[in-house]
Amino acid sequence: MTAHSRTSREASMTIVSAERMATIFVEVADTLVDDFDLMDFLHMLTDRAADLVSAAAVGLVLAGRDGRLEFMAGSNEDVKLVELFQLQTHEGPCQEAFRTGVPVINVDLTEASDRWPRFAPRATAAGFQSVHAFPLRLRTQVIGALNVFGDTKGGDFAGTDVPVMQALADVAAIGLLQERAIRRGELLTEQLQGALNSRIVIEQAKGAVAQATGLDVDEAFAAIRGYARRHNRKLTEVAHGVLSDPAMLAHIRDA
Amino acid sequence: MQAVDDRVSYLRNLILRRAPGPDGRDDLLRRVCDVAARELSASGAGISVMTEDGIRAVTAASDPASERLEELQSMFGEGPCVDAYTSRRPVLISDLGDLMAKEGGRWPFYAPAAHADGLRAVFAFPLQIGAAHLGVLDVFRDRAGRLTATEFADALTFADVTVTALLDRQEQAESSGIVDIDDDAAEYRAELFQAQGMVMVQLGIPLGQAMARIRAHAYAENRRLSDVTRDIVARRLRLDRDGPQPGGSP
Repeated sequence: MTAHSRTSREASMTIVSAERMATIFVEVADTLVDDFDLMDFLHMLTDRAADLVSAAAVGLVLAGRDGRLEFMAGSNEDVKLVELFQLQTHEGPCQEAFRTGVPVINVDLTEASDRWPRFAPRATAAGFQSVHAFPLRLRTQVIGALNVFGDTKGGDFAGTDVPVMQALADVAAIGLLQERAIRRGELLTEQLQGALNSRIVIEQAKGAVAQATGLDVDEAFAAIRGYARRHNRKLTEVAHGVLSDPAMLAHIRDA
Repeated sequence: MQAVDDRVSYLRNLILRRAPGPDGRDDLLRRVCDVAARELSASGAGISVMTEDGIRAVTAASDPASERLEELQSMFGEGPCVDAYTSRRPVLISDLGDLMAKEGGRWPFYAPAAHADGLRAVFAFPLQIGAAHLGVLDVFRDRAGRLTATEFADALTFADVTVTALLDRQEQAESSGIVDIDDDAAEYRAELFQAQGMVMVQLGIPLGQAMARIRAHAYAENRRLSDVTRDIVARRLRLDRDGPQPGGSP
């Protein structure tokens, strides 16, 4: 390897500084207070994960009944992207990371159509070149996966990025536990189902805002999230409000 | 996911093939309770339909004992059904005696009364789609013990079948499954929920009714639900205020 190629190779790597990591984990710890909102938390994690490794998009899926993967949160929620995450209920890096409990790293999507005949071409068509997936683990159980898409060729994950992203995935799983309430083994199952339903509420709210404003559903989500931030409200609460309180819907429309 | 879909079809067929009772009214719900009780190795099952303020409106049960266990909850205003409805997630109590010993403050009236009736485990599943919540399916057992993973997935399927039956009944559509409008396009499920929110605002109706209207339109047009919802989200289709009407945008 020549000096020049080594330099350019290193430039494309995304080695995460200890300082940035520390900042993120402090933010996470701050978020996990008594009445934190899981949807806010998961969106924050996908945003930070995308920033950390300069990913084009990061999404998080959770397993519903019998291992069906459901989209929960993304660093952006483009409709096409959400479809890509959902598609992985059948095949794709999330499905593999979920099934095996082992991260899927540095897969070049342009060469992955044998491995994932439906997923790889759709992901490439959406403008992605590389993909990674990390299992969401709780003790011996795998409950979902964190999916990282790159718009550069595969192989842009440096060795040190892998444990960092896995740590974020582990933190996401911990967030789901809401540890203060863990007294019964059934509780995780109850919480997962509650979380999956919260995701549905957000989709319904996107539709309501899109209809009221004339925005598309992606813009509608940005409007809902913006409103929640400006008013220091929880995302799930605002989504419920949009669907039950015409005044809140009007407020977002006129914002 | 083929195996999952086969299982769902199998359970749906069990319910549809079960002989109707003599009275006829709410019979589909009673059949769901019967089949759920049998498939989940339960002593019984019950369905409570609630209004937004938490008042029970209709009920169905597999047997008189289950009906009493349902009624105890509305009488005391507490219990797994009430909690599942308000928390919008399943409430899984695999050992009621253990719960009374460790969390005596939970359901101080319902728990002892139900325990005296022989109830040992209870699992309550909200009947809901996102923010639209209609009621609760309760599964009762006279012995302690958890639901297996398969039983849990089956219980969610029974809850889904109940939601569909309740929605279709709102629109008096044919609910016996002659036209199968449901499909398993997992990647389009986000659009299904977005379409619900859009129709709610467009027609100024509650969210549950919006879902019922979308389904009624799909039935009337003999189209897949995913096709109809994609057209709604893309604004190629507006549902008419007065009911299911043929046609797309003017």
